[in-house]
Order: sequence, then C-alpha cells, then structure tokens
Amino acid sequence: MKLELRNITKRFGTLVANDKISLTLAPGEILSLLGENGAGKSTLMNVLYGLLQPDEGQILLDDKAVKFSGPGEAMASGIGMVHQHFMLIPVFTVAENVVLGNEPTGKVGNLDLEAARKLVKEISDRFGFDIDPDARVQDLPVGAQQRVEIIKSLARDAKILVLDEPTAVLTPQETDELMDIMRGLSKNGTSIIFITHKLREVQKVADRIIVIRQGKVVSEASPKATAGELASLMVGREVDLDTKKKAAKLGAETLVVKNLTVLDDRNQQMVDGISFSVNDGEILAIAGVQGNGQTELAEAILGLRKIHSGSITVAGKDLTKSNVRQVLEAGVGYIPEDRKKDGLVGEFTIAENLMLDGSFGKPFAKGVQIDFAKRDEIASKLIQEFDIRTPSAGTFAKQLSGGNQQKVVVAREMSRDLRVLIASQPTRGVDVGSIEFIHEQIVAARDAGKTVVIISTELDEVLALADRIAVMYRGRIVGIVDAKTTREKLGKMMAGIAA
Amino acid sequence: MSKKKEVAAKPAQDKATSVLHEIMAGDPVRIALSVLLGFIIGAIFMVVFDKSVVKAWANFGSDPSMALSTVWWTIQDGYGALFTGSIINFGADSFVTAIRPFTETLRFAAPLIMAGLGVALTFRVGLFNIGATGQILVGLAGSTFVATRLEMPIIIHMLVAVFAAVVCAMVWGMIVGVLKARTGAHEVIVTIMLNYVALSLFTYLLREPNLLLEEGGGGTPKSDNPDDTARLGLLFGPDFQLHYGLIFAVLSVIFYWWLMEKSTFGFRFRMVGHNPSAAKAAGIKVENTFVWALAISAGFSGLAAANQGLSVDGGLTTSIEAGIGFDAITVALLGGSRAGGVVLAGLLFGAFKAGSATMQVAGVSPEVLGVVKALIVLFIAAPPIIRAFYRLPAPGIKVIEATQKAKEEKVIK
Repeated sequence: MKLELRNITKRFGTLVANDKISLTLAPGEILSLLGENGAGKSTLMNVLYGLLQPDEGQILLDDKAVKFSGPGEAMASGIGMVHQHFMLIPVFTVAENVVLGNEPTGKVGNLDLEAARKLVKEISDRFGFDIDPDARVQDLPVGAQQRVEIIKSLARDAKILVLDEPTAVLTPQETDELMDIMRGLSKNGTSIIFITHKLREVQKVADRIIVIRQGKVVSEASPKATAGELASLMVGREVDLDTKKKAAKLGAETLVVKNLTVLDDRNQQMVDGISFSVNDGEILAIAGVQGNGQTELAEAILGLRKIHSGSITVAGKDLTKSNVRQVLEAGVGYIPEDRKKDGLVGEFTIAENLMLDGSFGKPFAKGVQIDFAKRDEIASKLIQEFDIRTPSAGTFAKQLSGGNQQKVVVAREMSRDLRVLIASQPTRGVDVGSIEFIHEQIVAARDAGKTVVIISTELDEVLALADRIAVMYRGRIVGIVDAKTTREKLGKMMAGIAA
Repeated sequence: MSKKKEVAAKPAQDKATSVLHEIMAGDPVRIALSVLLGFIIGAIFMVVFDKSVVKAWANFGSDPSMALSTVWWTIQDGYGALFTGSIINFGADSFVTAIRPFTETLRFAAPLIMAGLGVALTFRVGLFNIGATGQILVGLAGSTFVATRLEMPIIIHMLVAVFAAVVCAMVWGMIVGVLKARTGAHEVIVTIMLNYVALSLFTYLLREPNLLLEEGGGGTPKSDNPDDTARLGLLFGPDFQLHYGLIFAVLSVIFYWWLMEKSTFGFRFRMVGHNPSAAKAAGIKVENTFVWALAISAGFSGLAAANQGLSVDGGLTTSIEAGIGFDAITVALLGGSRAGGVVLAGLLFGAFKAGSATMQVAGVSPEVLGVVKALIVLFIAAPPIIRAFYRLPAPGIKVIEATQKAKEEKVIK
C-alpha cells in the first residue's frame, strides 16, 4: 500500500507542531523519521494513526484521501503502530494478547484460542519470529515482547507499520535482530516508518531518511550520510559528536559499594550482591539494558530505597543506613533518570526548583524563612552558568523544554558541595545541543576531582564519557572493563555473557 | 480494536488527575464564574418555586409584563434581603443598625476562615482532609473543659482555653497523619471515620457530670456557659455581637500566608503537594510532612472551635459546630487554598449565614442559599462545565504558548 501525507499541519494553540509536512511511503519501503525530541515526529504519527486530527492537509492511501477519527479506523485501513511503551497484558499469553479486542469466536461466542494460536504460529513462522503462542508475555524478554506487538499489528493485516523509538529498550543484539525483522517485513511488502533519534540505526536499516526540525521537513538524506551530517541536519548547526576529555587523574577511592543487595517494591531482588569502587577524578559508567537493577542501585545509594544487605561508603563515611538528606549532606549529587518525576516540581519556578533540596539551611534559608533575595541571586547566576534558556527565573519548570529542564537539575546538583555525582540517564529526552553541554559539565566535574557514576542505557553515551565501564545484567555486574572495550563485546556483556 | 481501547484508557486516567489538579489549583477567574453561575441558577430556583410568580405566569396571556416583572421582583427581593442582611441595611434608622449586618457577616466568617485555612493547608500538601468537623468537636471539648471547669484570671483564662482547643484539635489531626504515614491509610477514609468518633466522644464528654455536663444537668448532653473570664470579649461594645474571634481569624490569615509563601516549612509542604517523589529525592521525609501538615491544619480548626465555644450564650451542645467543618472544605476550594482567597470565600459564606434570616423575613426560603453553595462546589469540582458554559479555553494552551515563547527566545539568542 502506498501512503502519502500532503501538507499536514497541526497546531496546538500558537505552537505549530507540524508545519506543512509532506512525505510519501512506497510499498515495502523503510522510511526513517529522524528528529530531536519535540521536533514533531510523534505528533505526525499520531495524526496518521487517528489519535489527532490535522488542522490542514490530507492523508492518502493508494491515492485515495482518507480520514481517521480514531486508531480503530487507522488499523482497519492497514496501519499498525508499535508504541515505545508496549500495550500488552503481562499475565496473558502471546496468543491471548494478539487477538485481544479482535477475538476469533466459536459457535456459541466462546473464545477460539486454537485459532488464535494458529494465527500467531503462522505469522511467527512466516517472518522467523520464533515466538511461542502459549508463553506468558511477562516471562518474555523485552525484545520478544516487542515482536508480540509487531505480530499484533500484522494479525490485523497492517500494510504500514509505525515503529516509535523501538530500540530504546533493546540490547544491541536485540536491536540487530529487530533490524533483520524490519528487512524481512519490507521484503514481504510491508512498509515501515521508523522513528528514532539514534543515527547509527538509521544508517543501517533505512531506505530513505526524512529529517524533521521544529515541525518542518528540513531535508531528505540518504542512509549513506555520515552521523555528523545527520546530526547537523537534526540540530540545524554543526555538532561535535565527540566529547573531548583529557586523561583521568585518579585521586582517592571515594565511593565504595560492597556486596550490595537491594529489593524492589515487590520484594524482587533487583540488585544482587554487587561490589565496585570509584575514585576521585574518575567516571564509572554503568551500562546495561533498562530494568537490570540500575535504577534500584542508584536509589539505594541515594537512600531512597532500603538496602537489604551490603554497604555503601563515601569517603570513608558509612551511608548504608542513612536517609536521603544525610546522603545529600555527605556530598552526593543525584541526577535522576526521570527528571519530571524525581528531579523537578513542574509547578515550581526555576528559582524554586534550584533550591529544592536546600530548604534546610544556608544559603537559601535564614532560620525558618526563605531568603528570597539570595535565592533569586543564585538562580540568575546558575541560569547564566548552565545556559538555561528561559524568559526568567520565575518561569515554571514544566514550561521548559526537556533539555532546559535537565539543565536545571544538573545546575542544582552540581552547584552544591559535591563529592560524588550519580547521574542516571543524564541525557534522556534531551536535545543534541543540551547533550553536548551536559556531557561537558560532567567531564568538568570529573576533571575537578569529583567522583562520577553515570548510569546509562545508551552505549554512545557510555563510550563518550566513561573511564571504566561496569555492565549490569539481572542485578549483577557482568564485568568491569576499560573504556576502550568494543561495542560488540559490551553488547554481549549487556546480554549477560561474561567477557 | 483492542488498541483503540488501550489508547483511550490512558488519556482518561490522565484526564482524571489533571482535573483533580485543576480543582485543587483553583483558577480565580473560573471560581468567580462558578460563583456567578451559582447565583444565577439559585435565582431560577427562587423564581420557579415562588407562588406569586407561578400565579403571574398562569395569567401570562392576559398580562405578560406582570409575569416578567414578578420574576424580576422575586429575584430582587431574595438577593436584596441577602444584601440587607449581610452587608448594609440602608433602611436602618441609625448608623449602628445600618452597618450591623456587615459585622454579623464578619462574625460568621471568622470561624469559616480559620477552619478553611486548615483545610486549605492540607490541600496544598496534596491531602484531601475532610476532618475539620471532628477536629472542631475535639477542640471544643478542650476549650469547654478549660472554660467551665478551671478558674483563672481574665484574658489568661481565655488564652488558655483557646490554646487547649488548638492542642486538642492538633492531636486529633495528628492521629490521621500518623495513621497515614505508618500504615498508608487514606486520609479521606480516616478523617470521615474520625468525624463520627469525635462526635460520639464529644457527646459522651457532654454527658459526663465530672467533665463537661452542666451543673445539675440531666440527660441532655449540654455544658455550662463558659466562665466570663474565658469568654471572647465583644470588640465594639454591646451594640455589636462581633467578638475577639475576628482578631484570631486575622492573625490566622497572616500566619497562614507567611507559613505557606515565606517559610521553608511551607516550601516543603508545597513541594510534597506538587510532587512527593521529587520531594523524597530532595531529602524531605514525606511521611513526616504529612503528619505535620495535618497537625497544623487541625490547629486552625481548633481556633475555629474556640471561636464557637467561647462566644456561646447559654451553654453549648454538639450543634455548636454548626456545619463549619464541612463549609470549611468549600471555603478552601473556593479560595483556591490561598490566604486571600480563603478570606473572600469565608466572607461570602459568612454573608450567607448572616443574610439567611433576613431572606426568610422577606419570604424567600434561605435554603436557596444552600442550593447556591452546593452549585458552587459542583461547578468548582467540574471545571469542564464552567469552561463549556462560558466558552473558556482549556487549560494547557497557556503552557504551550509559554513554551513557544521560550523557544522563540532560544532562536533569537
């Protein structure tokens, strides 16, 4: 099926999210939509999927104009979408999930699970998915769950498949498998729109690349373009993708984690007896696919999560039983992985957010009263220093872009008396320009002799920043290796295969 | 099809939380429009249930102008009586009687404002505290015991009685906080239940001869009149009933404003209210914050209790609470949980109380005011209704525009 979007325009208030976007998609083509967060990719796909109505423009399928008032209609017309966050029911089997909402029924309206199984088996075999129709979704690895999502779309005869940031949750190996699947689908005539901001993947799999910036199609690029060229198109200026850093000057061993075991809210052992230490002036990157205990590790260090056994010391001080405030006062800075949830109060101004953990004493408080003059003075200083782009210090945090929100968090955490910086996904959902800046700041902290721990699922980030790399898999550290380790080897470690 | 359902389910949930935030945030324009709409619909009630209007409309064919003017006069009589009874009486023969209605409004508003501030405080910490009723009752027990059973010099007696009310109420509020912090019990359920417990407890204490029962009293749960030394004195002499409770209300408003807007406690309260997980990551003990917030909130209710218990004539019964605990919730919502807003809302509800007698005299059922009150709550609780009625834009546009502005600035830079 041939898809054409003609002059799609979508406005929210005065913001033009999509500005006369036109594109075509031939049968069996893999088209990559490349753009930064907030460029308008998701809006465009939501228009295509019937979740949003365009203000202007047309959607044409096989040269016939169509209008979708909801995802149901889009699906009926052969458009399938795999969301970044899977929409599966964990306790159901694969077959049950695939037919949910579209169940094959027997004579008396009973659910015909046999037909469902056959359907899954048939699609799975046709594309080499290797999925057991009777497996429970919760028992499947993330990569397989994603394939279930794809089967769901194919089971409804999707001719056009939209994949929204599909590799965010995958290991490098699983990513490669997904690429193979995409090629297989395209050979069978399914067209794919592949949304991503990871340049390497685009270069690997796309037939054509369309770059979107600030709601407009800025250019079409060939997959042969270099990563630097693509990044420059995305951002609209020259970008330096390599973080410059000098050789590390190691100081004293500062953060020591010994035999740490941490449970999650359901008493599952998420961190399983891990030990490592980090020195002053060093960046240790903890790599790994999301959900392998990194979040719990960071929360345990900060005192947000109770430690089951083991110990954590910072500069000789035992913080195993300390609460968050004591940990912060010991000089630990924390950039949480989800800034909106844990790092910022959206309804607070920038100035208020910059003093979030500073309400107990100087410089922000005089006794029990906030020192407003001092607060505003510090705020304007940090806004300057950390290049936070905002009309004023009184702007609400929720009104800022992701990159500027993250700069607020980074500014707060780095501006106090810092010994150890724990940064979890420090550049997730952040524009390329801000990534550059935040990386520079992290390296600067390390050069100033701070102890830095980066937790990241993005290999690019790990390789750009790390002096040493620890790879986590299922709550354990598979190995701690030096920063020159190859991607392939790290990828294997991320899948649990020890070096 | 399944996908459609799933996709639809998520925004619905987001919608519920965003509406809740909208309600608690209290946009002043929307609230003012809610009040206006409440009055308009209240007027319709007045008209529809008025006999003379019904009669006039029965003769609409022969005298249409009569029918229309009766409608007008009914509304004018009703709300006119409310005005005369609560703000200023132009027909009065002396200055004192002319302004007495407004002092009555102030007298009724004072406890509503104090209890309203208490509820407002918990709203801003993200708690839905509907336990003001119980806290007032327990506070009353404290102040009444001091005022009827202990002997102390004038002024000091009153201050000790007020203090007793505040402390008793705070303990009652703290129970809610501790239960929530320790066991995760939801404050709505706990406060509702504790309201019943407090009512029974207070009734029991009023029946106990050794505690609060009036001297020589029998089966009815009623206390003695508070000692003269403990009473809240009259502010402007015997011509007005206005008493020192107003001073406490004014001090409460100033304290609340300072606490929430200027102090570090208020900063942490608001932080927990907006985003408890960010507060936790910033080293704030969220559970302890809940306990403190509920205790201080109850302290305000305790002041409302003292206002009631120490100004009464002829001993007090459980009816002294006078629905203040529940009205306080409305006052807090209507006031957007801000000091100034609570004052305005308290004055409006105080005026309703002061004016209802005059309305009755004018032949309009003061229950119309109950309808107006209920409608105001309804409209505040359902922001989309007000937006639809007045064709206001949905919230969120403002935010996006601001982001756009920020973006433009970025481009300029």
